[in-house]
Amino acid sequence: MRFIFKTSYDQDIRLARHSGYVFWYGLLLAALSVAPFVLPVYWSSLITMTMIYGIVGLGLMLLSGFTGLFSIGHAAFMGVGAYMQGVLTAQGWPFPFALAASMVSSAAVGAVVGLPALRVRGLYLAIATLAFAFIVQEVIVRWESVTGGNRGMAVGMINLFGWKTGSPIVFYYICFALTVLTTLGVLNLLRSPTGRAFVAIRDSEVSAQSMGVTLAYYKTLSFAVSASLAGLGGALSAHMLRFITPDQFGIVQSIDLLLIVMIGGLGSIHGAFFGALFLILTPQVIALSKDYLPPAIGQTVGLQSVLYGLVLIAFVLFEPTGIYGRWVKIRTWFELAPLYRKNLLKRQRRFQKTERLT
Amino acid sequence: MHFLQQVINGIAQGCIYGLIAIGFVLIYKATETVSFVQGELMMLGAFLGLVLITVLGIPYWLAVPATLLAMMAFGFLVERVAISPILGEPAFSIVMLTLGIGYVARGAVMMIPELGTELQVLPVPYRDQSVAIGGLIIGMERLVVPAVTAALCLMLYLMFRFTRIGVAMQAASQSQSAAYYMGIPVRRLNGLVWGMAAGVAAIAGLLLAPIVMIDSNMGFIGLKAFPAAVVGGMASLPGAVVGGVTIGVIESLAGYLLPEGFKDVAAYVVVLIMLMVRPNGLFGGEVRKKV
Repeated sequence: MRFIFKTSYDQDIRLARHSGYVFWYGLLLAALSVAPFVLPVYWSSLITMTMIYGIVGLGLMLLSGFTGLFSIGHAAFMGVGAYMQGVLTAQGWPFPFALAASMVSSAAVGAVVGLPALRVRGLYLAIATLAFAFIVQEVIVRWESVTGGNRGMAVGMINLFGWKTGSPIVFYYICFALTVLTTLGVLNLLRSPTGRAFVAIRDSEVSAQSMGVTLAYYKTLSFAVSASLAGLGGALSAHMLRFITPDQFGIVQSIDLLLIVMIGGLGSIHGAFFGALFLILTPQVIALSKDYLPPAIGQTVGLQSVLYGLVLIAFVLFEPTGIYGRWVKIRTWFELAPLYRKNLLKRQRRFQKTERLT
Repeated sequence: MHFLQQVINGIAQGCIYGLIAIGFVLIYKATETVSFVQGELMMLGAFLGLVLITVLGIPYWLAVPATLLAMMAFGFLVERVAISPILGEPAFSIVMLTLGIGYVARGAVMMIPELGTELQVLPVPYRDQSVAIGGLIIGMERLVVPAVTAALCLMLYLMFRFTRIGVAMQAASQSQSAAYYMGIPVRRLNGLVWGMAAGVAAIAGLLLAPIVMIDSNMGFIGLKAFPAAVVGGMASLPGAVVGGVTIGVIESLAGYLLPEGFKDVAAYVVVLIMLMVRPNGLFGGEVRKKV
């Protein structure tokens, strides 16, 4: 068991709460920094993919998990980022500038989508984001002169001020650095007044407003930040995949992103990465287990979607706090070893806030 | 003449949206949760009909009620097993749950050998027939849709107006707790509502199947029923049908009058405008939230 004696107020908001944090996250960072030299290329490309989805998941987590606004069209922001990156790279922009432009354009689109959030809430907002995502996707399909329409678009190599590289190892380190930066950025945002305002809006709009939080400003800001992270992830995935088509950024992708935050654990930073790991690893596990399953089950195309669905149902029914919540329970069990009670972390029944007005 | 033809096609398509939207509205009114699985229920209904008719060789007029009953039972079961244990949780958990059920349904259909991955045609007795009205030639399969929709709406109206169970459902949708105190078995009613929603979705699937091909992704049409429900005002059954027809006609005319591409997004543009201008829909009254 570990007791933390608080001797200064800074300890309340310090990122590394105790030496265990420093040790384990240091170990994780060290492992990730040597990974591309140790692991086979395929495995390190999976890690890269996980990091990219982790960034997008962080964005959606900020919006859904911390501000309480749900978006069923987040893939559209990824699409905006990816296409912006593709077009600018083709025009010879250096990678960092193109990346920044992708993020800014996604944020701008996100702010526009955030506008209905001021008038509608809950379910209606979800439908508004869904509708907007379909429109964005259709624009990408029809704007053939720029995006290549349904035929798709090839994305050029990363251009670092004249030095062009397609090396997966360099790309791995770029993604790694950006993942660390965004994670730290989001963590810092969450302990700033802005982040506290987000959480206040999630918990109760009325009381947030009465405490002086301007709903319009913070909701739009949350949408913009979240969309810019999705755009960043989209831009990176464009370089990763080398070829992008509009249907990569459709409703199925949006639901996959929701899967990340839901299975990972709503309202936790870890959750975004756990969820991304789940999303990337499941198809691999299915591919590996195909040889052992009877062909009537193993060889069909529907297996992955059945598995995703069942896992999602199981999590919503039995572990609504996601993989992270389960992990916290396991960790607490070990920390308190003989003293852990069964209902120690039992969730309180959070009753639904009714949206019905009569 | 083309114009009228387009309007009629739009009405037929819109009735399908309307039927799916009825399912949303029924569930939303009863349990205040949103079901994203409605489109998949429609797909399951169409597939079940297909299996009964082509694989088992049951005649059409027997297969339709059989499909209907099976789907209603399925809807009831879904509510019992998955939805009712977490009623009262934040609405979005339930949305994710229905998305998960949709995933499973889609994947399960895809896993059926041969049937699941290819486009299928549902053989119906009125296939390839058409009616000529004053120079317009209308396919029978498009005429059947509004007729069945109208009949179904009439039945639903009569049920909610005159039967005990219909009145009980109305009471439960106004206030669950008050209905519960009056001795109405609210939980069983919720299951029944899901059964009805699944049944209506199955009808939509059986009606849509002759117009488009059946495939495992046809459930995504259900996403266009959201705009229908929102335009109609989310909590109004006639609104759902009117909203569906409105969306269908606008979509069809957009395909006819506007450049390519507008047809696919017309429904979503309409719903965005609707949300900005009148978030409560055509049939929803103006209400303010009291603190």
